[in-house]
Amino acid sequence: MKLTFTTKKLLILAAVTLALIFPGTMKAGETIKLGVAGAHSGDLASYGLPTVNAAKLVVEDVNARGGINGKKIELLVEDDMCKPELAINSATKLVSQGVDVVIGHICSGATKAALPIYKEAGVILISPSATSPELTQSGQYPNFFRTIASDDRQAQPEVEYVLNVLAAKKVAVIHDKGDYGKGLAEIARKLVMDSGKGKVVLFEGVTPGAVDYSAIVQKIKQSQADAVIFGGYHPEASKIVSMMRKKRMNIAFVSDDGVKDNTFIKVAGKDAEGVYATGPRDNSQNPLAQAANAAHKKAYNTDPGAFYESAYSAVLALVNAMEKAGSTDMAVLSKALRTEKVDTPVGTIHFDDKGDAVGVGFAMYQVREGKFVEVK
Amino acid sequence: MDYFIELFCSGLTRGAIYALIALGYTMVYGIIGLINFAHGEIYMIGAFTSFIVATVLSIYGFPLAAIVVVTGISAAIWSSAYGYTVEKIAYKPLRNAPRLTPLISAIGMSILLQNYVLLAQTSDFLPFPELIPEFAFMEPVAHIIGSSDLVILVTTAISMLLLTLFIKFTRLGKAMRATAQDKTMALLVGINVDRVISATFIVGSLLAAIGGLLIASHIGQINFAIGFIAGIKAFTAAVLGGIGSIPGAVLGSLILGLTESFATGYVSSDYEDVFAFSLLVLILILKPAGLLGRAGTGKV
Repeated sequence: MKLTFTTKKLLILAAVTLALIFPGTMKAGETIKLGVAGAHSGDLASYGLPTVNAAKLVVEDVNARGGINGKKIELLVEDDMCKPELAINSATKLVSQGVDVVIGHICSGATKAALPIYKEAGVILISPSATSPELTQSGQYPNFFRTIASDDRQAQPEVEYVLNVLAAKKVAVIHDKGDYGKGLAEIARKLVMDSGKGKVVLFEGVTPGAVDYSAIVQKIKQSQADAVIFGGYHPEASKIVSMMRKKRMNIAFVSDDGVKDNTFIKVAGKDAEGVYATGPRDNSQNPLAQAANAAHKKAYNTDPGAFYESAYSAVLALVNAMEKAGSTDMAVLSKALRTEKVDTPVGTIHFDDKGDAVGVGFAMYQVREGKFVEVK
Repeated sequence: MDYFIELFCSGLTRGAIYALIALGYTMVYGIIGLINFAHGEIYMIGAFTSFIVATVLSIYGFPLAAIVVVTGISAAIWSSAYGYTVEKIAYKPLRNAPRLTPLISAIGMSILLQNYVLLAQTSDFLPFPELIPEFAFMEPVAHIIGSSDLVILVTTAISMLLLTLFIKFTRLGKAMRATAQDKTMALLVGINVDRVISATFIVGSLLAAIGGLLIASHIGQINFAIGFIAGIKAFTAAVLGGIGSIPGAVLGSLILGLTESFATGYVSSDYEDVFAFSLLVLILILKPAGLLGRAGTGKV
C-alpha cells in the first residue's frame, strides 16, 4: 500500500516535471495527441463509451481532410470507471504520454479529482457531461470547459418560466433533501428572491420514500402559493403531484430533468398532465445533430448513447479552436475557445470566462397527452 | 382552525397506514416474543401481488368491486404463503437458539426477499392501479380527506377489532395466548406450538397483504424497496404503543402519524423524523414498555 502510494506520488512528480519542461507546445511534424478519458467499463460505461465513439468519428473526419494545420490527430483513450482515484491515474498517464488536449472526464467527481493534474501540465479539458456547478464556478480551473449546462442552469429557466410565463407571485420551493434536488432548490429560491417579481412563501425538504405527503401538500395550500418548484427525482414528484390533485389543488408544478423521465408519466398517469419539467434542449431538428447521429449509425450500427451529441460538439469545438489558435498552448487555446463561435450538434456555441458553454442549456417541457412537449 | 383539522386528518391517514403494518409486527412479537424484520417485505410482496393480479384482471375488464375482492384474496393467500415460509426457514430451525440468532436470520430474509423481487420483477417504479374509487359523498371534503384515506382508517379499525376478538374468543386465539405465556407449558397441555406459531405468521402476513393493497392504491406507485421504510416506521410505532399489544400498535401509529403531520405543518418537514424519534425516546424513557405494553424483563 505504502509502496504504491509512493509510486503514484513519484509518477505525478515525474509527469509534472515533464510537463513543466514541455508545456504542451505543438511539436513540429508530430501528431496532436487528443486524450479521451471517462468511464469505459463498469456500471457507468454507458455514460462514457458514446464519447469515445464521438471522438473517433470526428477525428477520422479531421484526419481524412488533412488534419489540423497539417498535423494528424492521435487518440489516447483512458478508462477511469468514473472513480476519482482511477481518474488521477488516467490523468497522470495521459500527461506522461504528452497529451495535448483532453475530452473528459465523464463524471463530476472523477473530473474534479483529475483537474489539478491537467492544470499543472497546462492541458485543456472539455467535458461533455460533468455538470457539478463548482467545476466552473469555483474559478480554480481555467483549463476546464464543458459542453453541457451545469446543474444551476436548470434553475434559471424554471424560475423564469414560473415568474414570467405563469406570472406566479408566490412560489413554494420543495426539495428532496438530496445534493441534486436541494442544490437546485436553493438556487431557485435565490433567483426568485433576487428577481423582485415574486417571493418564496415556502422552502422545505421532504423525506424521500415517506408513505404519504398529504401534510406537506396541506402546507403548500396554506402558504397560498401560485406555483410549486420541486427539486428532486420522479418518485417523490409523482407522489406529491398526485396528492395535490387528490386534494383538488391545481396550481402549476415545475420541476427538473430528474423528473423529465417517462417513468414519471407512467407512474403519475393522468395527474402528470400539465406538469412542467426542464430537460436538455431537443436537438433533433439540428442538421449537424442529424448528421452526427447518422454517422454513428453507419459506423457502429446502433443509436448513439448518453452525451453523444455533447461529446461530438466538444471535439468539434476543440478542433475548431486548435485550427484558429494554431497551438495547443493553454493560454492561446483557451482564448480561442472563448472567442471563436462554432456550429455543433448542440447549437452554435462558445465558452464564457468560467468555461461554461454559451448557447447550450435547458428547455422547458410540459406533459401533454402523456408526452413531454417543449414549450416556449 | 381549518389548517389544524387538515393536518389532523393527514396525520390520521399516515397513522392508519403505519397501523396496518404495525399490527403484524406486534402480533408476532406478542406470541413468540421476536421481531419479524421480514414483515416489511411481506407487505411489499402483498403490494406486488395486488399489482399483478389487479393489472391482469383489469385487462380482462372485470368490474372494480370484483377486482378489489379477488386481488385482496390472492394477495392475502400469496403473502401468507411467504410469511409461512419465512417462519419455516428463518425461525423454526432456530427455535431454541439464543434470541439474537433468529433476529439476524429475519434480517437476512428481509434482504433476500427485497433482492428477489428486484431480480424477479424490476428495479423501476410501477404505477399501481387506483383500486379505491373516489366516492361521490366524499367530494365536499375531498380537499381535506380523500376516499382512500377513509377506507384505510375504517380498515384499520375493523382489523384491530377483529384481531382482538380473534385472540380473546377463538380456540386458536386462546392457544396463541397460552403459547405467548409459556411455550413449554403449552406443549405439555397438548397445544401444537409449531402450528400456533405458523398461524401467527399467517395472520400477520394477511394483515400486511391488506395493508399492501390499500397503501399502494393510496400512494399509486410501488417498487421493491417500499417495505423497508414503511417497516421501520411501523416498527417504531409498535414499540411506541407497547410492542405485543394490539390496541397499543394502533395508538402508537396514530401518535406517530399525528406528530409527523403537525411537525411538518407547524415547524418544517425537514424535521418530521426528528420530532417523531424524539417522541419515541421520550416515551421509552418514561415508560420503557411503551404506552400500553406490559412491563417485563427480557432482551431483544
